[in-house]
Amino acid sequence: MGLELIIQLGYVVAAGLFIFGLKMLGSPDTARKGNGISAIGMLVAIVAALLDQGIVQYEYILGGMVVGGAVGAVAARTVAMTSMPEMVALFNGVGGAASGLVGVAALSIADGSFTYITIILSILIGGVTFTGSLVAYGKLSETIGSGAVTFGGQKFVNGLIVIGILTSAVMFVMDPTNTNMLYTVVGLSLLFGIMVVIPIGGADMPVVISLLNSYSGLAACAAGFAVDNNVLIVAGSLVGASGIILTQIMCKAMNRSLSNVLFSGFASVSTTVTEVEGEIKPISVEDAYYVLEAATNVAIIPGYGMAVAQAQHVVKELMELLEANGCEVNYGIHPVAGRMPGHMNVLLAEADVPYDQLLEMDDINPRMESVDVAIVIGANDVVNPAAREVESSPIYGMPVINVADARTVFVLKRSMASGFAGIENPLFYKDNTRMLFGDAKESIGGLVREFS
Amino acid sequence: MDVSYLLFILMLSVFLGFELINKVPATLHTPLMSGANAISGITVVGAIALAGSGNADIAQWLGAGAVALASVNVVGGYMVTDRMLGFFKKKEG
Repeated sequence: MGLELIIQLGYVVAAGLFIFGLKMLGSPDTARKGNGISAIGMLVAIVAALLDQGIVQYEYILGGMVVGGAVGAVAARTVAMTSMPEMVALFNGVGGAASGLVGVAALSIADGSFTYITIILSILIGGVTFTGSLVAYGKLSETIGSGAVTFGGQKFVNGLIVIGILTSAVMFVMDPTNTNMLYTVVGLSLLFGIMVVIPIGGADMPVVISLLNSYSGLAACAAGFAVDNNVLIVAGSLVGASGIILTQIMCKAMNRSLSNVLFSGFASVSTTVTEVEGEIKPISVEDAYYVLEAATNVAIIPGYGMAVAQAQHVVKELMELLEANGCEVNYGIHPVAGRMPGHMNVLLAEADVPYDQLLEMDDINPRMESVDVAIVIGANDVVNPAAREVESSPIYGMPVINVADARTVFVLKRSMASGFAGIENPLFYKDNTRMLFGDAKESIGGLVREFS
Repeated sequence: MDVSYLLFILMLSVFLGFELINKVPATLHTPLMSGANAISGITVVGAIALAGSGNADIAQWLGAGAVALASVNVVGGYMVTDRMLGFFKKKEG
């Protein structure tokens, strides 16, 4: 059996293990094992790649692996679960950059127009993913403002960049010795990545981060075409498909199309002022305790504010006390709660909340009428009844968690300052709503002290 | 390799990807994304061949850079996913 055949078989095994690993991610019981299987697949692929006889020098490879592996290991061990969106954004960017570099390096062995086209594609997608993810990271970590950055003629400038990329790409493929065109593609791709992410506001980050996740896979896929490697194509397209599905789920959960998210910030839409009737009714921690003490069914609806206040651990304490008091506690998790898909689930899982108590929106909504108290922690738009009731509202039609159907609603909020999207929330004015003002962590800590 | 053959593989794996990922529950979407980060580190396989070509030229340096970046993804992605999935527990009893 030839060495080349062994290598190719290694790639086949690796691809199979990736597929099997992803399949096992379908249930929380098997997910961890699935991740391990996928990692074994990666190991098999790397060993197979190292067997290649074209490799005569291992220093560069080893050096790269040690440096990269160490950085990755430290990052993975130290990152706080609240910072997972930033981490994934950075990893997307790193993956895009790696594929872009492979594209550039593959030029030394390239021949034929098709290879040049795929090289350009891997540079383009990789470059956009890289800078786009860095901007997304900056917005998520608030090192740059998280708001949407828009300016006049933005679409025109973006259009020019696209035309520039297409022109220089075509000219390079027609004449691969013209490296100036290549550098133009590299530069414009990097610029384009910045331009497409800056107009998108922080609340839309779940969509952007999913989309960039998909791009990082597609970049690997394009690099696979550039270096003629099957396993890159298979693994890259699996990741690409995964990101696209998550993007779709996020868009659907916001009742917006992808192009609407990408090309228009909320700011430009929400000019209508909703007239809200009723008055705000604050409640003290002590009174809230008496209501909770009598409750037999409580639903907790977390949002990004819970992550900001780092309140997930006290929430879990409160849940235990409620359960000890004979009360059923469930969590209602909106698909776009937080800054990335599944963000709330990971935070609560870290705080030791069993995952079978984390209900999706469609599961908790039918139960809402039998809920005594719905506690909204740092969520706003995802529980806004205007999405169902006010046709002029910019979020009208977006599926929301119907907390107003519960007998009583507690809203934990810092102040009455309007939410991220700047949309008035009629929930705060409903008859059965009580506002518990203050830092979420302190408010819940207060409730915990009342109980114990 | 034949172009049509590569495209054929692409088409099949995209469909397979859609089928597989559609079955992942919402509660696991964050680990799914970081796990996907790790898998997209597969670029390391392409980068290895380029970094080890032995021609001490710019391509080799670019390849080494790509190996390093992709290794961040592979090691970091799998480790953080494992850490996260370790948190997910069923209700006792």
